[in-house]
Amino acid sequence: MSARRTWLTMRRIMQQLRHDPRTIALLLAVPSLLVGLLAWSLVNRPGNFDALGPRLLGIFPLTVMFLVTSVTTLRERTNGTLERLLTMPLAKAEFILGYAGAFAVVAIVQSALVSTLSYTWYGLTHQGIPWRISVVALCAGLLGTAFGLALSALAKTEFQAVQFMPAFILPQLLLCGLMVPLAQLPTALRDVANVLPMTAAVHAITPMQSTAYYAEQFAIMVAYITGALVVGSATLRRRTT
Amino acid sequence: MTNAPALEVTQLRVVRQHHEILKSLSFDVPAGTLVGLLGPSGSGKSTLMRSLLGVQAITSGRALALGERVGSRNLRRRVGYMAQGSSIYLDLSVRENLTYFAGVLGLDGSQVERVVDIVNLRSFADRLVASLSGGERSRVSLAVALLGAPPLLILDEPTVGLDPVLRQDLWRTFAQLVADGTTVLVSSHVMDEAARCERLLLLREGRLLFDGAPAQLLERTGSTGYDDAFVRLIEGSS
Repeated sequence: MSARRTWLTMRRIMQQLRHDPRTIALLLAVPSLLVGLLAWSLVNRPGNFDALGPRLLGIFPLTVMFLVTSVTTLRERTNGTLERLLTMPLAKAEFILGYAGAFAVVAIVQSALVSTLSYTWYGLTHQGIPWRISVVALCAGLLGTAFGLALSALAKTEFQAVQFMPAFILPQLLLCGLMVPLAQLPTALRDVANVLPMTAAVHAITPMQSTAYYAEQFAIMVAYITGALVVGSATLRRRTT
Repeated sequence: MTNAPALEVTQLRVVRQHHEILKSLSFDVPAGTLVGLLGPSGSGKSTLMRSLLGVQAITSGRALALGERVGSRNLRRRVGYMAQGSSIYLDLSVRENLTYFAGVLGLDGSQVERVVDIVNLRSFADRLVASLSGGERSRVSLAVALLGAPPLLILDEPTVGLDPVLRQDLWRTFAQLVADGTTVLVSSHVMDEAARCERLLLLREGRLLFDGAPAQLLERTGSTGYDDAFVRLIEGSS
């Protein structure tokens, strides 16, 4: 493992993004506008945005980074650049961590922008500590990136990769407590919902819980990130049969 | 070990999804030779090249490159590879592509400037690859393979789709590299490119149909052109 090659890979991915200003604009503007739309739609129901808004700060990075990562890594797999890199002295972990690093930066900028807008313009008065929200958004972004890396191995085309988004994201969205409070779910579903990565992200943002509770949620997220990165790394093959 | 063959292939077989793609190939390539790997599409040229690079698993037999088992860690800096697709980042400039790959190989910026000059891309160096033509893109891909001046180059159809002037330029580049001691294995499905090589390997349906100098091929088949020689060789073997 070389930190230098990981950094070079991360820098290369950021350079690719820099040449694509439209994607950067979409990555930053869409979540900001959506949270703004939510705030506006709840303007006649005081208190509701305070409850819902922060949760979205955990959901957006996960969804967006999953989509972006699965499509970009699939592109590396299909256009031959991944094969070329693996004939060179690049370790799989360097490749994977380069992606994780580059998209973590995007996730940080995205969540900083969305939470700043929420606390100022959109009128969020959430008791949660802003730094915790930022860490959750970062973890959620890394979750999306890690799962995108792993699941891109299952897709043969970009069209298929895009289809993984509803398959992977929507069930978690239904079960993360946003639609139905977890306590009201059937027991079997609740047990599943409690260990889903998106639920952990939403829980970690919920205000006024014990330190142990937050620690558990972060532990779940870190376990998923690590697991998915290991699986993603295992899907990279230097040699095909 | 300086006179060790650049490639030693013994009874190489590759079976992929129940299809025997390569059927017991054996050949040696001395260092510093320009070798043409010719044959129709689907004859197994790319599979052979990918096997020699270590990215395609070998079913049985043995393949050594520069005296080491193919795919070994030591070869990752010593074998330059250009695949059939351009295998470069379209959303980066030429120089950004080369700088990244050079960095992965542990090389500095002087290598980037060196290969930019070899493939004659200086005036395009800061353009995005996406804005380049197919021929220009394949020169960028070749430039990546040339980074660090590896002693063995494996180039999969580098001249396909190029205009005659560019093709001429590329073959001159290959000849120059060979003159400097590099071993170059170039594949093509255009039989006329045989004339530019010192040594020919003709592949058809996973078998080696001919292994020798271009002049020998014409002599043995009594042909004047390479297309014709290939047809006669097939008729003679069946």
